[in-house]
Amino acid sequence: MYSAIVFLPLLGFLTAGLFGRVIGARGAQLVTSSFLVISALLSMIAFYKVGFGGELTRVHVLTWIDSGTFEADWRLRIDTLTAVMLVVVTSVSSLVHIYSIGYMSHDPHQPRFFAYLSLFTFAMLTLVTADNFIQLFFGWEGVGLASYLLIGFWYQKPSANAAAIKAFVVNRVGDFGLILGIATIFFTIGSVDYDTVFAAIPAMAEKSFSFLGHEVPIVTTISLLLFMGAMGKSAQFMLHTWLPDAMEGPTPVSALIHAATMVTAGVFLVARCSPIFEFSPFALTVVTFIGATTAFFAATVGLVQNDIKRVIAYSTCSQLGYMFAALGVGAYEVAIFHLFTHAFFKALLFLGSGSVIHAMGDEQDMRKMGGLYKMIPMTYVMMVIGTLALTGFPFTAGYFSKDAIIEATYAGHNAMHSYAFLMTTVAAFLTSFYSWRLIFMTFHGETRASSETISHVHESPMVMMIPLVLLSVGALLAGLIFARFFIGDLHEAFWLEAIYRGAENHIMHAMHEVPEWAATLPTLLMALGFGLAYLFYISRPDLPRELARTQEPLYLFLLNKWYFDEIYNFIFVRPAFWIGRVLWKQGDGRIIDGMGPDGISARVLDITRGVVRLQSGYLYHYAFAMLLGVAALATYFMLGGVH
Amino acid sequence: MTDGNILSLITFLPLAGALFIFMVRGDTETVARNARRVALWTTSITFILSLYLLWKFDPTTADFQFVQKIDWMGGAITYHMGVDGISVLFVVLTTFLMPACIAASWDSVNVRVKEYMIAFLVLETLMVGVFCALDLVLFYLFFEGGLIPMFLIIGVWGGKRRIYASFKFFLYTFAGSVLMLLAIMAMYWEAGTTDIPTLLAHQFPPEMQTWLWLAFFASFAVKMPMWPVHTWLPDAHVEAPTAGSVILAGIMLKMGGYGFLRFSLPMFPVASADFAPLVFALSVIAIVYTSLVALVQEDMKKLIAYSSVAHMGFVTMGIFAATQQGVQGAVFQMLSHGWVSGALFLCVGVIYDRIHTREIAAYGGLVNRMPVYAVMLLIFTMANVGLPGTSGFVGEFLTIIGTFEVNTYVAALAALGVILSAGYALYLYRRIAFGPLEKDTLKNILDLNWRETATLTPMVVVTILFGVYPKPIFDITSVSIANLVTHYSAAIEAANMSGGGALMRLASLFSGQ
Repeated sequence: MYSAIVFLPLLGFLTAGLFGRVIGARGAQLVTSSFLVISALLSMIAFYKVGFGGELTRVHVLTWIDSGTFEADWRLRIDTLTAVMLVVVTSVSSLVHIYSIGYMSHDPHQPRFFAYLSLFTFAMLTLVTADNFIQLFFGWEGVGLASYLLIGFWYQKPSANAAAIKAFVVNRVGDFGLILGIATIFFTIGSVDYDTVFAAIPAMAEKSFSFLGHEVPIVTTISLLLFMGAMGKSAQFMLHTWLPDAMEGPTPVSALIHAATMVTAGVFLVARCSPIFEFSPFALTVVTFIGATTAFFAATVGLVQNDIKRVIAYSTCSQLGYMFAALGVGAYEVAIFHLFTHAFFKALLFLGSGSVIHAMGDEQDMRKMGGLYKMIPMTYVMMVIGTLALTGFPFTAGYFSKDAIIEATYAGHNAMHSYAFLMTTVAAFLTSFYSWRLIFMTFHGETRASSETISHVHESPMVMMIPLVLLSVGALLAGLIFARFFIGDLHEAFWLEAIYRGAENHIMHAMHEVPEWAATLPTLLMALGFGLAYLFYISRPDLPRELARTQEPLYLFLLNKWYFDEIYNFIFVRPAFWIGRVLWKQGDGRIIDGMGPDGISARVLDITRGVVRLQSGYLYHYAFAMLLGVAALATYFMLGGVH
Repeated sequence: MTDGNILSLITFLPLAGALFIFMVRGDTETVARNARRVALWTTSITFILSLYLLWKFDPTTADFQFVQKIDWMGGAITYHMGVDGISVLFVVLTTFLMPACIAASWDSVNVRVKEYMIAFLVLETLMVGVFCALDLVLFYLFFEGGLIPMFLIIGVWGGKRRIYASFKFFLYTFAGSVLMLLAIMAMYWEAGTTDIPTLLAHQFPPEMQTWLWLAFFASFAVKMPMWPVHTWLPDAHVEAPTAGSVILAGIMLKMGGYGFLRFSLPMFPVASADFAPLVFALSVIAIVYTSLVALVQEDMKKLIAYSSVAHMGFVTMGIFAATQQGVQGAVFQMLSHGWVSGALFLCVGVIYDRIHTREIAAYGGLVNRMPVYAVMLLIFTMANVGLPGTSGFVGEFLTIIGTFEVNTYVAALAALGVILSAGYALYLYRRIAFGPLEKDTLKNILDLNWRETATLTPMVVVTILFGVYPKPIFDITSVSIANLVTHYSAAIEAANMSGGGALMRLASLFSGQ
């Protein structure tokens, strides 16, 4: 069964990819979607068995790399953490497959699109089922590849190609850390198997080793290097720049990869490695800091963006920051719970915005929308549900998971927990503001679209609406139903051994005992954000422009995303090309070739040219030379004779 | 056919084919057609024969197998052939790539076809011979002999600056090899034999090892090529015909790495350990430096050539890490790079045959009209980037892991190559395949024909197969490599016990004692 979950998407990929032209668009849709639906149903059974039946399983597939003491097998590891991820990945993926049947119906390359989606799903499933770091890395890079292919799916658009490369290369910066992290693990522990590594870590807690000329503590180094990989994949502060650009891909892709699944791989990695991170308080502090900073930073940028998808992208970035903040204070379960609920409501928001874009004839700029709620009421309702869940309206999914994170940061113990509490609380306010801003700008007020566009606005077909409805059920109820198991009184029986917790870590209890004000503050701020958005975009629509004018530097700073792209271009991208050109022309061309082969041959030519000039053909030249030679020899012997 | 002479059969069968082509008479058209067919048949049969080696190969021993030994030149030098776990796969790699080379030249080479095919078949004999030879002199003959057909292939069938490139290639490699010949003579005076298995057991005095190591290093470093003696490679690749580039990148570069594994490491272990920091430094420079240079190339072949230098940096790094993972990763990387870079050059050849330019700017949007080509190119590009699931990953990753145990600086800097390779390879792919198809010259370009598909498909298969399931390669190589690494470590330990460390030896060297 577990093999079927993982390999059905692969089968779908191969069928649609290799025989796409034979089976056509319809065939590709049906094959990949039905395989995914089966996989999703099996995942739910697995989730029930593992999460509630306590069944842990390993499935050996194939020996992969076996070199000396280095061993890595293809193996599926199914524990509660994996089961949660399986459900998230396969259910969102199957809904996105179905949704895409409608969304991509006019695209000439549908088999390729569905093949990529299935390839992505397969890679993501190998990532979450991995039983060692190498298989994890396989899935890790596999999702990176699929993301690259899907962002650049519309390869005619230069901006899409640029975004695809950017996504891949920035992810590789994170992978740089991940590779070194895995190398460190193998070097210090001699294995890359999860169980062996996790068992060996406690004994390493106090030890150090020599890394780059410094004696550094082993566990902290491993944790930070792994976290670097997680930062790249999950678009955390400083490595986040690729995620907004990734919105160049088709919207279903954004929903699946850049909201619900791939970007959460980093969160999954840290949760999976909780037995390592728990032994490095310093690394956890760093995780908290980066997470909290991202939550705040991305929310501020989200305030002023005008592209509907970019707003949601920054919102994703910010929510991922929340998850890391929770991981950092040791509340792994809470982070995964938020990952779980976030997958539903964020996929809902993305697919809903896709429905808007579809209705508007590929328009993404919210300044050209407005007043749409009468024309596409169904989509409107779905988007509002998604927004309620995201902002944490009472009893929706976000109310349980996001507020739990804020409480956990309050109850945390590391040096950054107050900072995280402050940042996440402020971000909660900002989230509410920009989310409602999106709703108001898109659906309310007077329409700003051309009448030509408006005349074509239509509700999306059923094949797109059904996935939205299913996701909205998840967005409304996932928190209410599952909170008890993930983070409530039943969490120990639910998670079993999947998450490790140090003896000092009592966060799961402490977070339920935070003072009343800290627990209600996020809800208050949510309401405040709603009110402010209402004021700005419904009552007084002239206010935002006024504010942007009076606070222009701040506005531009936010609009240009804190100038990260410009800075990176200036310190990394352009110098790389410049250095490359210098090394090529000066290093290879002038120094190596100039001193080496070309130089030598030029000198040889110079000398021979000189020698040629000596051969003048005049007898008296030669006679003179001979005379000189005789004179020189005679002088030498005479002087030599003195000795 | 017995196991005793199978290696000679594989080695000299292409030569027999060359003789056969030599005898073909008739008008130019007939000769060309027959020459192509004979060459393809010969190389294909040779490949099938070489599979027999894999079938019969005993992976449980580090000894040489399929050994054949005949006295030659009065007994001082013997005709001694044999393979172990390290070399056998290179033999098969050579025979595997040859039919693809012949097929790639089918339509694109139209002048002096007979001579062209003869050159390639002779080259195959010499290359296979390099990996089978178990006598130093024999090895040297094959090793140097290979220069001549390659020199001719570049010089006769090459591009505009072929004369410059062929001379640069020849002089560079030859200059390195002259020192190796001196070293071979010195080894003969010291050990009294040129028989490789005997020399492997011989212990050279540490001071002598240093000089011998340097002499061999000169030759192999040029062949690899290592920075800073790599500049012949881009020029040679750019000017060589497609098949010439495939052989150059696919096999001739590997002779350097093979040489390190066969001679430098096991015969001069003490010197290898002393010089390992030097090799590490050059490897890391190669990885970072040439990756950056690759980023700005405007010529497709040059870009791939520079990326080859970077990939060979991983190989030298892994070899001199001298750990099981490092060496195994290096061997795997060489094999993988053999077919991946070979396939990349074949891919360049495909569009060069159609548009007749290697300028990257002349392309763009090929995926619109060449979807099959675009998919294959993507697979090889990803293998070049070292994506897990392709064979490119396994070697690269193992060398980093293996080196990390020895030197974290080197491993960390080499891992930078992971970022840079993604940069230049995807940038290249984007400029060739993606974007709208706007250029008039490309409007009528055709996708792969059946011959090109048939040439590239096996490469796709091995790239994915050994990326997902590299075990067969590990099975064959592991015992020989374990043996190599064990002996190496033992020798180092013994040397450190007996007298001083590396610094002491180097100091005594320079003070002339």
